[in-house]
Amino acid sequence: MMNLTIDNQEIEVEEGTTILEAARDNGIFIPTLCYHEALEPYAACRLCVVELEGKRDSRLVASCAYPCEEGAVVYTNSEIVRCSRRVTVELLMASGEHLPLVRALATELGVAEPRFRLPPDDCILCGLCVRACRDIVGVAAISLMNRGMEKKVGPPFEIASNACIECGTCVLICPTGALKLQDITKEQEDVHRWDSLFDHHSCHICGDHNLEPQFSVDYRSLLGEQPLDEEPSEG
Amino acid sequence: MEKMRTPAELEELRRLLSKEQDASQLCVTLCGGTGCRAYGSEGVLEALQGEIKAQAIENRVNLRMTGCHGFCERGPLVVIQPKEIFYHGVKVEDVPQIISETVVKGEIIDSLLYVDPSTGQKIACESEVPFYKKQRRLLLDMNGQIDPTSVTDYITLGGYGSLSKVLSQMTPEKVIAEVTRAKLRGRGGAGFPAGLKWRFTREASGDTKYVVCNADEGDPGAYMDRSIMEGNPHRVVEGMIIGGYAIGAHRGFVYIRNEYPLAVKHLGTAIAQARECGLLGKDILGSGFDFDVEIRLGAGAFVCGEETALMASIEGRTGEPRPRPPYPAQEGLWSQPTNINNVKSWANVPLIIEKGADWYAQIGTEGSKGTKIFSVVGKINNTGLVEVPMGATLRHIIFDIGGGIPNGKEFKAVQIGGPSGGCIPKEHLDTPIDYESLTELGAMMGSGGMVICDEDTCMVDLARYFMTFVQEESCGKCVPCRVGTKAMLETLARITKGEGRETDIDYLLELAEAIKGSSLCGLGQTAPNPVLSTLRYFRDEYETHIYEKRCPAKVCPDLITYEVIADLCTGCMVCARNCPTEAISGEKGTVHTIDQDLCVRCGLCKELCKFDAISVR
Repeated sequence: MMNLTIDNQEIEVEEGTTILEAARDNGIFIPTLCYHEALEPYAACRLCVVELEGKRDSRLVASCAYPCEEGAVVYTNSEIVRCSRRVTVELLMASGEHLPLVRALATELGVAEPRFRLPPDDCILCGLCVRACRDIVGVAAISLMNRGMEKKVGPPFEIASNACIECGTCVLICPTGALKLQDITKEQEDVHRWDSLFDHHSCHICGDHNLEPQFSVDYRSLLGEQPLDEEPSEG
Repeated sequence: MEKMRTPAELEELRRLLSKEQDASQLCVTLCGGTGCRAYGSEGVLEALQGEIKAQAIENRVNLRMTGCHGFCERGPLVVIQPKEIFYHGVKVEDVPQIISETVVKGEIIDSLLYVDPSTGQKIACESEVPFYKKQRRLLLDMNGQIDPTSVTDYITLGGYGSLSKVLSQMTPEKVIAEVTRAKLRGRGGAGFPAGLKWRFTREASGDTKYVVCNADEGDPGAYMDRSIMEGNPHRVVEGMIIGGYAIGAHRGFVYIRNEYPLAVKHLGTAIAQARECGLLGKDILGSGFDFDVEIRLGAGAFVCGEETALMASIEGRTGEPRPRPPYPAQEGLWSQPTNINNVKSWANVPLIIEKGADWYAQIGTEGSKGTKIFSVVGKINNTGLVEVPMGATLRHIIFDIGGGIPNGKEFKAVQIGGPSGGCIPKEHLDTPIDYESLTELGAMMGSGGMVICDEDTCMVDLARYFMTFVQEESCGKCVPCRVGTKAMLETLARITKGEGRETDIDYLLELAEAIKGSSLCGLGQTAPNPVLSTLRYFRDEYETHIYEKRCPAKVCPDLITYEVIADLCTGCMVCARNCPTEAISGEKGTVHTIDQDLCVRCGLCKELCKFDAISVR
């Protein structure tokens, strides 16, 4: 066990607890976007930053990933924390002003409108869908690709995925509604589509699709290669 | 080559090699660094080989293509030993004369000698050239002497002697104590004490430990690490083996960018040779210590120079940083304790062991020991690699060694530390540079890139350039770096287009503070530095762009106009013929005019006009 102070509150936690966990367990609210209890911390949205007092000066750390330290002094809502969160939310608004989740955060932090704008996008690149698909479902049908402003979510080579089992976890975990079930099961004009490579059948009982894949397309033929079971023609 | 099994066998080999090498024998060394190769040194090498053969003097003269000599401005460089006769700008046509005059008769060719611009005197000896004379070349010294693809060249000059000493006479703890006492600080830029980092990794719990050499040099204009790996790769390998021994690691990785083909090749050769000689592999020199090194190629992502992204890349995952802690010393490659150091840090290690911590700690300033290599580029007379003790002043580097600014222009600022660093104006030319003083001035030591700016450099444009670089190289994982640098870049672009707003400077400062404070990794945390430092020292230039819609340095294309000065124009048609957009009209012998709607402000007309008849406003 170790002791630390969060917002002047003395707190005792087990070793290995993150600041975010310690705060939440003690009723201290810290906003998050890319954090999910079922997944490893990703520390990408930077909304959960808190002020950690150091020997000489204090600094901001991502509370979702930063482990509690003996004697640490943490402020979750100081002026520099609020300043940082305000800028982060304003930056998220650049392409996500229309998203209720982002708007709610902006209202709470007192950000009226962004001073900088990008084309609207439902995806905030929190990576939850990708991590859930890989770490919870264990199939890794999608990943984050490209770098910087080009970064996006999709199946490898942006070709319909035959690793997808159509479980819908990505849709369920998406905090902004950027992913829809149709993206997986049907061809869409949307950038996030990756229709999976099997025929989906209605379940006899509930009427929904079932999860028993019947693969219809070989990815090799999509890549212009010969399917594995076909013998090369002679001559 | 036969495997060496004891330190004594290594010493015996060195003795034999030195005996073989007659110090008085003629040796023509030719710079084979990437810069000199671009100037055509490979052609010169062929010509030298041909000429030596033609004159049938193969048994009297050695020919050696070495690594980078550092004076890149003047390549290709040829030095004839033992007298150190220094020829610069050597062309294939000069080769027959070099062989027949200098090599055969010992006569110096005047026209190929370096002329000291300050005295007008010709200098024949390499070490007397001011560019070299005023440096202290501890890491670069062997670059001009050895063939980087020859392990025997390195061994002859004492190479692997430190490794032999460490394995036969020192405990791992003693090695760490020596590096700690030498006060070696990480040469990647942050300056973390190397000895301390080694101790953390040694003491961390874990059966398997790794050492990594970070050779993902990527700052615009920086090529120090590249030149060490190209010119003296065994030094890096030796440093890593010593580090592995001290830390308790048996496997090392060099993470090097694939855009450095010569460095990759030379390092690969060095590793293969070291294995062959028994300096890598099982039971090195009979010590019972096993160690091997592998090369991992990077695909040119700047962010992979960040240690956690680098490790992800080595493991075969996307090169994205992760939050620290845990630090690599606790959980690094494959979650095992890992020690990562820069190329120059590793290259310093054999030196510290050879000469001792006390000797090493004498060099430099109180807090920063040893030497530092800078690649001095931009608006400077002597472009090249400069190695000076820590604590040297910028004036010493830029003016005494670098030869000052070309074309009589005024020095304006120097961008140190690449896109993570900052600019330092002329007021601070006399500040002794070490890790602390540079941070105080708003820059940082960084890996050692130095871009010199003269009076014709627009500081807003410079900041925009570096922001473009970071924006392209941001991995995009965290919001402040991905979107924040884009917001900064758009703001800077607007200012340089004359569309700046009154609120822009405050907006830039607000973004900069937030990005610095809240980004996930070092790339984002330092990305705003070029903007912050140019705002600190050249705020007036931003204001002129914003309020007067004017670029004082006459660089930003949207804020300048090119005009013909009627009194000076002779109507020679040179500008009109060369204008890429055909914006210049006028008959021969009559004053020309520039159509402002067609002009793209490329400045070619001004550059080409022999009569200074083009003005910029």
